[in-house]
Amino acid sequence: MQITVTLNGTDRSADVEPRLLLTHFIREIARETGTHLGCDTTSCGACTVLLDGIPVKSCTLFAVQADGREVTTVEGMMANGQLHPIQAAFKEEHGLQCGFCTPGMMLTAKVLLDRNSDPTDDEVRWAISGNLCRCTGYMNIVKAIQAAGRTMASESADAQTPVAG
Amino acid sequence: MLPARFEYHRPASPEETFALLASLEDAKVLAGGQSLIPVMKLRFAAPAHLIDINRLPGLDGIDVADGTLRIGTLVRHNQMVASHTVSASHPLLASTAPQIADPLVRNLGTVGGSLAHADPAGDWGSAMLAAGASVMLKSSRGEREVPISDFLVDIFTTTLEPDELLTEVRVPLPSAKMGGAYLKLERKVGDFATVGVAVQVEMANGTIGRAGIALTGVGSKNIHATDAEGSLAGAEPNEAAFAEAGRLAAAACDPVSDVRGSSEYKRHIVEVYVRRGLARAVETARAA
Repeated sequence: MQITVTLNGTDRSADVEPRLLLTHFIREIARETGTHLGCDTTSCGACTVLLDGIPVKSCTLFAVQADGREVTTVEGMMANGQLHPIQAAFKEEHGLQCGFCTPGMMLTAKVLLDRNSDPTDDEVRWAISGNLCRCTGYMNIVKAIQAAGRTMASESADAQTPVAG
Repeated sequence: MLPARFEYHRPASPEETFALLASLEDAKVLAGGQSLIPVMKLRFAAPAHLIDINRLPGLDGIDVADGTLRIGTLVRHNQMVASHTVSASHPLLASTAPQIADPLVRNLGTVGGSLAHADPAGDWGSAMLAAGASVMLKSSRGEREVPISDFLVDIFTTTLEPDELLTEVRVPLPSAKMGGAYLKLERKVGDFATVGVAVQVEMANGTIGRAGIALTGVGSKNIHATDAEGSLAGAEPNEAAFAEAGRLAAAACDPVSDVRGSSEYKRHIVEVYVRRGLARAVETARAA
């Protein structure tokens, strides 16, 4: 079946078997390998992508279902050669060790922080409860997400400050 | 893991969907896919055709009409979590929604799909039994309303005919003060329930009018604990009544020993959770 998926703002078309999972479309056809396939059984969230802005597990969705829709992966987070504040905060706060869960973790965090830039520990842990990390014990992930929220809030305040003159 | 090959259909209208369901051999409906796709990947299911209903209009609404909460079959679990209509009208469903699977699965998984999948470890089955809900089943032949207690037949088995689509769930909203709670024991977020207990009470002049109790993960389907419900009709809401209902519910379930716990352990949790759930439900009814 011929499909077109808007992946990080670029239309990617391919003729795919209906049984092809979205993860494999992203990794093997679009060749964007930041999206990781972990458990492959809908448990771990390493394959999290945003489908029309909503975080979902791309191992549990057929590529044909994303036909005509927008998919954002970790490759879509950087802008103008700059790390997204969430990426910068994960680096700064040691929010990762092996890095395998990190792309999914950051995309889920993005949706949380776009709604609420100042989440409590509980709110962060609740939001990322579908993304498993086997290295960090989550402490630094929670810290990184909250630090990113502060950066995002101050950036958006800066953007709203009228220029004097 | 790749599922077995299938043919993919994406109908644009309900009519086209019913025509496909009536004509295709060995077809399954694809809604949220959060149960169906995993079982297809494990090759426990290998349908020849998938009918993707995700883009059908008019199936994702949550409305109240004629004293009934109407939940479209494509309503995602997280829509139930966020719905003011649900939180304002139905304590049991509001309590159940955020405990289903994990946040990512809740973004895609649907209420209707979960019920049609009929996994005895599914949370909505118990919630809907305790709430006295029914499902609307539609085909090109017509439409029928089936109480959820008749709809859920056995493990992965319902009364849905091959040409029918589950289009809506209808949940009665009694005029009496109502309370409810869903209690779920799980090893980690997103795991199947070790035990789940759905409880609803409707109060009448300080005593319990109707009670609804159903159990998750402790039998070959969601178990409707009718003896326990019956023991509460007209009862004073006190510890002795809750304990008796707990004992009757524990007697009604049939859990198997597995990696999540022994049969005895699960039965014990049912007894404790029914007791606790009733206390919480009566509390929410009084606060209503």
